[in-house]
Amino acid sequence: MNDIAKPLGDIPPAVVDENGRLCGFVHSVETGAAVDGPGVRFVLFVSGCQFRCLYCHNPDTWKLHNGAPRPVDDVVAEIGKYARFLKFAGGLTISGGEPLMQAHFVREVFYRVKKEYGLHTALDTQGFLAAHLPDDWFDPVDLVLLDIKHIDPAKHEALTSKPLQPTLDFAERLVAMRKHMWIRYVLVPGWTDDWNDVERHADYVKSLSERAPGCIERVEVLPFHKMGEPKWKELGLKYELSDTPAPSTELAERVREQFRARGLFTC
Amino acid sequence: MNAPETRMGEQQLEAWRGFKTGEWQDKVAVRDFIQLNYTPYTGDDQFLAQATERTKTLWDKLSNLLKQERQSPGQVLDVAADRGTRINAFGPGYIDQSLEKIVGVQTDAPLKRAIFPNTGLRMVESSLEEIGRTLDPKIEETYRLYRKDHNSGVFDIYNPLIRACRSSGVITGLPDAYGRGRIIGDYRRVALYGIDALVKFKNAEKAETDDFDFTEDVIRLREELSEQIRALGELKEMAASYGFDIGRPAATAQEAIQWTYFGYLAAVKEQNGAAMSIGRISTFLDVYVERDLQEGRITESEAQEMVDDLVIKLRIVRFLRTEEYNSLYSGDPTWVTESIAGMGKDGRTLVTKNSFRFLNTLFNLGPAPEPNLTVLWSTGLPKGFKDFAAKVSIETSSIQYESDDAMRPHWGDDYGIACCVSAMEIGKQMQFFGARCNLAKAMLYAINGGVDEKSGKLVVPGFEPIKSEYLDYAEVDAKFDKMMDWLAKTYIKALNAIHYMHDKYSYERIEMALHDRDILRTMACGIAGLSVAADSLSAIKYAKVKTIRNEQGVAVDFEIEGEYPAFGNNDDRVDSIAVDLTERFMNKVRSHKTYRNALPTQSILTITSNVVYGKKTGNTPDGRRAGEPFAPGANPMNGRDSSGFVAAGASVAKLPYEAALDGISWTASATPDALGHTLVDRVNNLANCLDGFCGATGFHINVNVLNRETLLDAMDHPDRYPQLTIRVSGYAVNFIKLTREQQLDVINRTFHVHA
Repeated sequence: MNDIAKPLGDIPPAVVDENGRLCGFVHSVETGAAVDGPGVRFVLFVSGCQFRCLYCHNPDTWKLHNGAPRPVDDVVAEIGKYARFLKFAGGLTISGGEPLMQAHFVREVFYRVKKEYGLHTALDTQGFLAAHLPDDWFDPVDLVLLDIKHIDPAKHEALTSKPLQPTLDFAERLVAMRKHMWIRYVLVPGWTDDWNDVERHADYVKSLSERAPGCIERVEVLPFHKMGEPKWKELGLKYELSDTPAPSTELAERVREQFRARGLFTC
Repeated sequence: MNAPETRMGEQQLEAWRGFKTGEWQDKVAVRDFIQLNYTPYTGDDQFLAQATERTKTLWDKLSNLLKQERQSPGQVLDVAADRGTRINAFGPGYIDQSLEKIVGVQTDAPLKRAIFPNTGLRMVESSLEEIGRTLDPKIEETYRLYRKDHNSGVFDIYNPLIRACRSSGVITGLPDAYGRGRIIGDYRRVALYGIDALVKFKNAEKAETDDFDFTEDVIRLREELSEQIRALGELKEMAASYGFDIGRPAATAQEAIQWTYFGYLAAVKEQNGAAMSIGRISTFLDVYVERDLQEGRITESEAQEMVDDLVIKLRIVRFLRTEEYNSLYSGDPTWVTESIAGMGKDGRTLVTKNSFRFLNTLFNLGPAPEPNLTVLWSTGLPKGFKDFAAKVSIETSSIQYESDDAMRPHWGDDYGIACCVSAMEIGKQMQFFGARCNLAKAMLYAINGGVDEKSGKLVVPGFEPIKSEYLDYAEVDAKFDKMMDWLAKTYIKALNAIHYMHDKYSYERIEMALHDRDILRTMACGIAGLSVAADSLSAIKYAKVKTIRNEQGVAVDFEIEGEYPAFGNNDDRVDSIAVDLTERFMNKVRSHKTYRNALPTQSILTITSNVVYGKKTGNTPDGRRAGEPFAPGANPMNGRDSSGFVAAGASVAKLPYEAALDGISWTASATPDALGHTLVDRVNNLANCLDGFCGATGFHINVNVLNRETLLDAMDHPDRYPQLTIRVSGYAVNFIKLTREQQLDVINRTFHVHA
């Protein structure tokens, strides 16, 4: 009965610098992002990700050491410079990479920013490592931007190199916790645009929404683009989607309509 | 001042019916009139009317003419080269008289340009030559034998050093051959009082000086007042040629708009000022529109028609320019700047329905660079207006924002923007426009002991070059400081000469007739290349910069070892350098005596001249390559503001307005997707960003919301984008009218995208 399977993957241990300060590997920051959560956001891009999505536009964030270690104090102080603005205009989003790879650091940043500045906070994640974390880890997170990259397990694994189930398990937990969510996925022609797959995907999101009324605030269908392709080449990696076109406006609207047909606010 | 019987006339009683009385009736006090009579509007854009069929027909006719203009040599449709222009040089002209609600064009036909020999015959000759036209020999003879122009006057004064600075490009764009502009007549006075009363006021102002000692100052003033009075008479005659008696005050909205426009039209008939702003007319005119609406005289649709018609006229103000001028100020700009919104000193918003109607012309007539619609932003503006302005920006990229919260404490609540970012109290203040000097090049002069890095010639004598291989921060800073001393001194000498001669040979009679007699004058200096200079000093301080010298020993290139913080990332290490340079140069300018005791100010603004400044400046220690454009205005260098636009804006907002009272310009471009996924998100986010920037003491922001691909496509297929408008530095241009170099500069600027 107690034989619960160990969750997939591992969260690397906390990193502490020579002065004993908790650090995280930070790839970069963006001070005026308006499409990573509500309003205008300070986005902290941390490095490290287990997924190898074919369309990834930031392959230079896959490894932890793609970022530079920065103490929590330092990061919180930098966010603090914008706190007055972010308070009315938006908030903080931690993205990546995959933030849960650095759960110790990320949790501390969220906690401090919440406590010291009272900002709205959002976590941009695929949830793969979430099962390692207790519910209260998510207390300082106001909104989860949950990426469900494909609804079909086999196709999910082909697209991302990792199984789908941990993401769905996390979605269930978020429903149970009544967390607010934006469900996001990247629309890639030939990969994630199949009518029936989108129907299943939309049904699934609808079922989440029905179980946690008001919690799914929106669905974002993000059209695939190739702005990341040069980075793959710089890293000596083969980019599989060179010949894949960006989705047409019509296709993107068709997919959005499939979600909207289920009463989901979709953009 | 004695009130010259203004209360008595029956015409005034009729014109001022229903208005709240006040001191504005006894003396010229337009602000007082506005404050007592305007109706603040705090609602949204739902009341607005679309373009009527008449408006569309008129605009289509004009669009055809505009197309012909673009296809003409030098993009000049026609020129009246047979006479020098003045207020009454031409009879009336129309686009289509049967359709026009507001009438009047600069010559006798729309888009036909006039020549303005008083500012400089040489420039008139070259501009005509460039488009294959010739000047009437009689005019040439007149200026050779009988009359001197401004340009000739200035060059009588210039010394060899000033000439050397002009040709090397360390000082560029001086208004020594073209009209200085940046003077805003209070055109509203024409509508509120009528010409007859204004003449009486002016006569009274002049009479007050009858008993003064006739010193040079008083003699000049009395001659100017006489010229002003003469010009008012000509303005009245000009209006009469269109069938209107503007001797009396305007009695309806249509008359108020028409009278105000006649005042402005007289100014652009007589002066080819670089910037011919119209001031702050929308809320003033709203008083008349509101009264007509109350009286049932007009409908909302008719009110919008009149505003649309006025704006059509303001879109076709034209001056004949040379290619050299166009390379500095590209896209045929006229800076018909209209300042909209803002807050009153009493806390009420100055937003009226007319503030909306003016912006609505960008929907009714499509985007356009002129008039240069400028929103005076305050965090206190009503939400309905903030959202509407943001929406207009997102859909047209045609408006700019300036912080009313920064300006109101300095200039009150009835100032307007001249040109791009220069605030002045309407009718009470003017400026002596001073273009700008090149700080980045001055730094190279400091390193090279006054030898020009491009020509190898000694431009500034008496300076020792730096001889070490690696640049030492303290040494560069000390030498740069001395070089800035020299630059400020030479610069002010040039400006004093220019404005003395402009007053003497090309005095702005009609614009100054619509000012008080005793006004504040500013000497508006400017700096270019601030981010290049700041980044260069940052590189020298925080990285190692090695000089590479040519055979002559001139440092012509630099190698940077290590990294340095760049301006535009909200990093105090370098932002403080930019702040210090701004304050230091301002203080140096302040230490010199100015013509007519003008108050020295400066702007951090380049317009499109950042391209030309870049061309004239060699490799710089920040890693910028020779010839590469500077960042425009106070912008961070392209691509170096890598932390997003909020950080970039925070850096720019640190530049102190007190040390740059002539304005600090920042241009930010974003793709629509970067502002949000839905229109509602985009509007909210942009409005919040404007509040944030303004709240953080930011001063000015040009907002472009465009895709880079659109611009690239417009370069290849200009015909498909006749109205594509983009904000550059302090003004907007028709993208397809920019030179190819400038188009590429715009495309290469930092676009904030969502990746």
